[in-house]
Amino acid sequence: MTAVARTSAGAAAQRGRRGRRGRRAKRILPYVGIGVVVLYCLVPFYWMVVSAFRRPQDQFDNTILPVRWSLENFSAVFAGDNGFGRALVNSFVVAGLTTALTLVVGVFTAYALARLDFPFKNAVLGIIIGTTMFPGISQLIPLLKLFTDIGWINTYQAMIVPSLGFALPLTVWLLTAFFRQLPFELEQAAMVDGCTRGQAFRKIIVPLAAPGVFTTAIITFIAAWNEFIIALSVVNRKEMQTATVAISKFTGVSGFDQPFGTQMAAGVIVTVPLVAVVLIFQRRIVAGLTAGGVK
Amino acid sequence: MATTVDRKGKAPAAPRPGGRSARPRKDVSGSRRLAAFLLSPTLLVLGLVVGYPVIAGFRESLFTRGQTLDADGFVVEGERFVGLDNYTAIFSGDAAGTFWNAFGNTTFFTVTTVTLETVIGVTMALIMQWAFRGRGLVRASVLVPWAIPTAISGLLWRWIFQADGAFNAMIRQQVLWTADGFESKLAVIIAEVWKTSPFIGLLVLAGLQMIPRDVYEAARVDGAGAVQQFWRITLPLVKPALLVAVLFRMLDVLRMFDLPAVLIGVNKRSVETLTMISWFEANNLRYGSAAAYATILFVYIAVISYLFVKLLGADIIGDARQVTKGKKIRKAGKTGKTGRASA
Repeated sequence: MTAVARTSAGAAAQRGRRGRRGRRAKRILPYVGIGVVVLYCLVPFYWMVVSAFRRPQDQFDNTILPVRWSLENFSAVFAGDNGFGRALVNSFVVAGLTTALTLVVGVFTAYALARLDFPFKNAVLGIIIGTTMFPGISQLIPLLKLFTDIGWINTYQAMIVPSLGFALPLTVWLLTAFFRQLPFELEQAAMVDGCTRGQAFRKIIVPLAAPGVFTTAIITFIAAWNEFIIALSVVNRKEMQTATVAISKFTGVSGFDQPFGTQMAAGVIVTVPLVAVVLIFQRRIVAGLTAGGVK
Repeated sequence: MATTVDRKGKAPAAPRPGGRSARPRKDVSGSRRLAAFLLSPTLLVLGLVVGYPVIAGFRESLFTRGQTLDADGFVVEGERFVGLDNYTAIFSGDAAGTFWNAFGNTTFFTVTTVTLETVIGVTMALIMQWAFRGRGLVRASVLVPWAIPTAISGLLWRWIFQADGAFNAMIRQQVLWTADGFESKLAVIIAEVWKTSPFIGLLVLAGLQMIPRDVYEAARVDGAGAVQQFWRITLPLVKPALLVAVLFRMLDVLRMFDLPAVLIGVNKRSVETLTMISWFEANNLRYGSAAAYATILFVYIAVISYLFVKLLGADIIGDARQVTKGKKIRKAGKTGKTGRASA
């Protein structure tokens, strides 16, 4: 009996102590948690940026800030035979055209999937999403052989056409999710007022869907920009390489040591614009990614 | 679907209430034709760029090319049909070791990274949900690893994992992370988990925010602790979103290429995945063997995703189905109302 009383009294005291400490912890802990998450996400990226700004001779310093800030790595990226400027252009052409083509094709399909009633709709959607499951490599080998036969090696279309296969399901899925969120009544009202379905689509749906299409375009562009295995395989001439491939193939002076400083600088050049776009449109991108599900 | 039509020309099986049966029928066949017209470009592109290669790849895996000597000692060139030889070569002889190593690596990476990503991602989501101040900052930083191209993040981690790099300086050890050993596996796992778990966190957070607050209130009144609330409420309610996220992550890791290829290198035993072997074979113009590896990987992925969907009930298009249902109900309600109004 006394034992129980004593333990319960002790527990109460402990609870009181914990309560006070708990209140303080409750104020601080969220910030600690947030801090941990932010550090986890940003520290490696920070290391890339800082390494890019070191002088080549300080490359292996592990100080948190560069001892001497320098742009030498950045000038090295564009100097010599790296061909990085051309690689950036290639990346823009490939990712840009892939995005544009998938949007044009995807908008129609997504409209049909979101707005029209027809048999096997879920099956069609399932098939389109199912194609994202196919491993890129099983697509690449026959296409590689085909492109060799028809002389498409080292061309833009050899990079764009396979990329469509990756980008299209994602685009359709995201756009379908966006189109579904639009009110159906507006379109019906326009058709009652004498618009054809096509006119209702052009005049009502397209303007309303513009933000969603824009978000999809960003997400698709990032996915296409990040593409690696196709660009690596169907191109063997330096002038046609995309930026990601070109950076991974930078060679040092001796050919044995990797020019990490140059690679980090090139990495910064390739990622910082993307990161900036992502930060500016973060709300929309998060909305798009969570509406479409995953990827 | 509510508007099933037996065959062209016949009346709809369930004519809509409201009388005007001619108009809906025209509308239905019109929207079907329109749907077919709108869907065909996508299906055509996917058929050509995904469907055809998978079939052609399977065909390719039954052939071999290159020079061999025939029974009489003559040189035979070009493609020859060899049946399942490419497959038997993979499962027997020297290649078997390489194959099982790559198969093991692929499976190992999938299990470890997806598990870690899920745990870290869910933890991150809970932190983000709980600490709503600074959520904008978190959301922004969570998107950074996602936006960095995988190949670049491979280079970034290669730099961090250098023998005299930042990671070794931090742990004050001299570990050769990017040489070919178990450490390389760890390096790949760390880099992969870094890149993708924030993203799972983001998706789970979206799922968490859908859960109504009063469910927790009720649980608290009933005396459920934080742990109980997590296991009994949070987890079951975010499960659908989480399952789809996990499925897609699994599919991505099963075909992993960029990260190990850039971080450690191709043809490194410790991190070689099925995609990497297949790519290496194709690069050496052994298309038949490359296609056989790719086909095996394809079947493996198909089996895994089938099992995942069957056993755990991940529902990829569930969202779509729900919306269709909702629309149907709404439509039924509306026609009912107009019917009453006209009567």
